[in-house]
Amino acid sequence: MGEMKSPLLIKKGAEASLYLADWHGRKVIMKKRLPKKYRVSELDEQIKTYRTIHEPQLIHEAKKAGVPTPTIFLVDVKGATIVMEFIEGKQAKQLLSEVSKSERQRLCFKIGELIGKLHKYGIIHGDLTTSNMILNSEGKIFFVDFGLGEKSKELEARGVDLHLMKRALQSTHFRFAEEYFNAVIEGYSKVLGSETVKNVLEKIGEIEKRGRYIAERKKR
Amino acid sequence: MKGRKAGKSYCLGIESTADDFSVGISTFNGEITANVISGYVPTKGGIHPREAARHHSEVASKILEKAFKKAGIKPRDLSIIAFSQGPGLGPCLRTGATVARALASYLDIPLVGVNHCVAHIEIGKLETDTKDPVTLYVSGGNTIVSAFDSGRYRVFGETLDIALGNCLDVFAREAGLHQRVGEPFGAVVEKIAAKGKKLIHLPYTVKGMDMSFSGLLTAAINLLKKGEYKLEDLCYSLQETVFSMVTEVTERALAHTEKKEVLLTGGVAANKRLQSMIKAIAKEHDAKFCVMPREFAVDNGAMIAWTGVLAYTHGVVTPIKESFVRLRWRLEEVEIPWVK
Repeated sequence: MGEMKSPLLIKKGAEASLYLADWHGRKVIMKKRLPKKYRVSELDEQIKTYRTIHEPQLIHEAKKAGVPTPTIFLVDVKGATIVMEFIEGKQAKQLLSEVSKSERQRLCFKIGELIGKLHKYGIIHGDLTTSNMILNSEGKIFFVDFGLGEKSKELEARGVDLHLMKRALQSTHFRFAEEYFNAVIEGYSKVLGSETVKNVLEKIGEIEKRGRYIAERKKR
Repeated sequence: MKGRKAGKSYCLGIESTADDFSVGISTFNGEITANVISGYVPTKGGIHPREAARHHSEVASKILEKAFKKAGIKPRDLSIIAFSQGPGLGPCLRTGATVARALASYLDIPLVGVNHCVAHIEIGKLETDTKDPVTLYVSGGNTIVSAFDSGRYRVFGETLDIALGNCLDVFAREAGLHQRVGEPFGAVVEKIAAKGKKLIHLPYTVKGMDMSFSGLLTAAINLLKKGEYKLEDLCYSLQETVFSMVTEVTERALAHTEKKEVLLTGGVAANKRLQSMIKAIAKEHDAKFCVMPREFAVDNGAMIAWTGVLAYTHGVVTPIKESFVRLRWRLEEVEIPWVK
């Protein structure tokens, strides 16, 4: 895999660990999927291999859709490890609580546009939260963590994806959740058109009514 | 309050969501004094709702009588009647509800409609002495990963189509396997799978926190019909794949909620391989692993009786005119005032 200097564990998830490391003089993120002892080793290998290959593919496809994502440097299938560019910047999560109202509106509109581009291209992110969006010093917003993503143009998948975004906004930015989500939808609408947006919003309503999310709505 | 014997209050619970008709009796302190189950066994194929309902109405009086005898009480000793109001098969639910309404009106005591999934969790907590677990409930009709949060049992992950137990049942039937009386198909598959060694690739479908089993089942059946693989290897691969899926989702819920107990329940909980997988993730997250004994893991009246007690003592009653059955009553729709 080449020389990897002083990897520093920055996040331990249920499925993978993220390390910040120095790789040939570059700051990189190393995402390593861990073996799961509960499943038999052949199945464990199959799943890790599939995901280790699938995630960089989606990250690459997203670029074609016009959405900034980290550059993939190396995929070590055997080691279930992806080495990718470290995006230096601020998470949208943090940013949204620091900037002015007009700037917030602009950011959310931009995020909506990027989600629209992904969906138009047939990519579902699968985990749209404001921690998975990073603004760099040039003002570009990067999307990261496509580990739960899939290729789909189905209305259901799009609805679930945007619904996750809405829920994430409600839980981390509850005071402005509605304002933010409306701006996201405006940006999304710019890319996909009002007809699609109408259908997706209807779908989101249906998903919420399935009962599963009723409580979340009442809580607000 | 009416109907008391030596200071004790009793609740009778009727369970009839699917193929089992069961009557359980619980004291208000959670002492289970009766739990009688009668299963409907189809002569061919899966459960036919109307035929299962006919079985329920035929055995109802006999099962009630047995339960009273077992508990050593008379109908007049009861304080409340509880019944499973949903989710489940319409004709089956209606049969149980009709019996419950008749009893409650005749004895003139309160009626309490209970959510079947809540009941599985509550009897689990009672029997294994757990306080606040992540629950994996896997049966022929349900596949749910849930945990308590602000007033309700939240669903963290679930099946998007068929239940895990149903997936095993249909596969077993397609393979022409036979079950002895009282032996579930899952147990037959488990026995055969124990001889399997070769892992055959089957679709592994986890979407976010949810799972899908129908495509996987079709793939397994297609491979079975091709006849190129040994049945034991297919059973082994089927089990390994579906159990890994539910275990992955359960682990995520455990990592997310940081709860310290895992409860495994439902008919499929009896499977030793699934138990070992859930036990492994519990250990990984320093959580206590609890599995329900079979009598209370399958659909049973005792869980309905006990949950009826919890609900009633926290102000929940179901007036007869609101006691219609709820075929798609979701777990997180139910407020749980008895958990703080």
